[in-house]
Amino acid sequence: MTTAVTEKAGTTKAGRPQPSQRRRRSKLTLRNTLLGWSFILPNFLGFALLTLVPVVTLFYMSLTNWNIFGTANWVGLANFERLLGDNSFRISFVNTIYYAALHIPLTIIASLGLALLLNNKLRGVAFFRTAAFFPYITSIVAIAVVWNLLFSPEYGPINEILRAIGIANPPGWLTSSEWAMPAVVIVSTWRDMGYYMILFLAGLQTVPRELYEAARMDGASAWQRFVNVTLPCLRPTMFFVTVMLTINSFKIFDLILVMTEGGPGQSTLVISQFIYRKGFEENQFGYASAAAVALFFLCIIVTIIQFFWNKRRNA
Amino acid sequence: MTNLLVPAEDRRELRKLAADPTPDAHRPDKKTPLQRVGRVVGYIALIVAAAALLLPFFWMIMSSLKTANEVFSVPIQWVPEVFVWQNYVDIWQESGMLTWIRNTLLLAVVVTFLQVLTGSFAAYGFSRIRFPGRDVLFLTYIGTIAVPWQSYMIPQFILLTNVQVSNTLWAIILIQAFGAFGVFLMKQFYETIPEELSEAARLDGLSEYGIWRRIMLPLSVPALASLTLLTFVSTWNDYLGPLIYLRNPDLWTIQLGLKSFVSNLYDTDYALLFAGLVISVVPIAIIFLLGQKYFVEGIATSGMKG
Repeated sequence: MTTAVTEKAGTTKAGRPQPSQRRRRSKLTLRNTLLGWSFILPNFLGFALLTLVPVVTLFYMSLTNWNIFGTANWVGLANFERLLGDNSFRISFVNTIYYAALHIPLTIIASLGLALLLNNKLRGVAFFRTAAFFPYITSIVAIAVVWNLLFSPEYGPINEILRAIGIANPPGWLTSSEWAMPAVVIVSTWRDMGYYMILFLAGLQTVPRELYEAARMDGASAWQRFVNVTLPCLRPTMFFVTVMLTINSFKIFDLILVMTEGGPGQSTLVISQFIYRKGFEENQFGYASAAAVALFFLCIIVTIIQFFWNKRRNA
Repeated sequence: MTNLLVPAEDRRELRKLAADPTPDAHRPDKKTPLQRVGRVVGYIALIVAAAALLLPFFWMIMSSLKTANEVFSVPIQWVPEVFVWQNYVDIWQESGMLTWIRNTLLLAVVVTFLQVLTGSFAAYGFSRIRFPGRDVLFLTYIGTIAVPWQSYMIPQFILLTNVQVSNTLWAIILIQAFGAFGVFLMKQFYETIPEELSEAARLDGLSEYGIWRRIMLPLSVPALASLTLLTFVSTWNDYLGPLIYLRNPDLWTIQLGLKSFVSNLYDTDYALLFAGLVISVVPIAIIFLLGQKYFVEGIATSGMKG
């Protein structure tokens, strides 16, 4: 029978432990370490082998010309130099940022708006919450097929509605290099907003009601209450949502792959798809890894900046 | 008593507030015209948003009951004249639907089982046993959440190809089952269970494994349900993993199968495709409707999904 005693029990109240106690404590530490690892190991083995090892290997691969035969020659930073001069990569990078710049604010506004609406005591709120969540649990393939047809320039319901309300030349959506990305953003925002709405709703529950009452007594308008009470109280949620949205935007891939395959031309090519193309379609694993390293650092660095910025604002 | 600091009238007001915590909803007589307008605007916004969210689904279901030509009719026909139920028979006969569903179901069940089991087991180690290096290890787990899978999918693919599991269902099981997400969600929940419970069990002579099985697992049923549902749905819906690993059509999941259907029959039977899509979405919709509460709780406590 294994009886683990927590460290608290092992430390005496008299500050410095006696030698015998120290020995006992180190034995205890050893036992707890073995015990702890025995719990973590089944998951950790899979996690280490399939996540940690690949992440470390990635950096090595990016410095080689690893190809389909698995022969790898060290090439130093040659892949990264090539990346800097690669017009396709530049386009995919700009497109990814463009996507994020549209998707992040749009999703925050839509999901926060929905959450504020649902936070009122309106009838049908429960039904609506279910409806809002539906797109999020629907597969990308179904979403892409349905929206591709909805967006169809000539036969699609969207343009038909636009024409009906008097827009003579509605955009070509997925067939136009100008409108393809906004169309993708509309779909991804439609898909994600129910999910982030849940996060905002959870955040809104934590706003103390007294603050609203106090603000109302001071004669604050609804807008003033929103800016001075709701938003400051939602800061932790807002931070979390922004971080998750940013990472998710930078790695956007499956939706684009099924909706546009990066087209028309390269107008919706994003970094993840660039990696996929170079790696799995052209078998240039070393070069694709260099692009993957770029994506890795893009996500990590932006996340770290957000964390520090949040810390400074909290201070 | 803090009460004494509040003037008498306000105290009465406060008491009224305490008795009726939602004054707006329950005192319609006191509502100003502006508030009433606000309510109407609120309902209109709600209806418009609900329509925008649900219309694509309505259109998908209706199109699955049309003839192939009706799907693209101008002006749009929202509801078909005759419901072509035959589409739902044909899709089974004209595609590998049965194989796809069998594969997908197998993957979703095995992945979910492994993720829930190893995740909750590891979470116990992280939240209840103190040992050096534990927090660093946990930070590593959390840190990988900021690392997109797309950035290490290539080395992962090469690794799994070298051990000969690429192009088998094992590949998907391995890449999905050991994520950091399950550990994180379960740990979050375990932290809310009072330490005294396990302490008491320990005094009664229960081992740590016994505490996990007899105390923590029964108490964490809501979190286990959340994790089960979220993992099941994300495995069912996964497209990229199967796309990279499963080349053999006999191994395809429903997502890969339906996607192949699109590229094969580009300008033929969209009505049939929609029937397939409806079939792929319905199981998830049912699971979601039944376990909605756990979905929402799981997301609100963990704040994310793999």
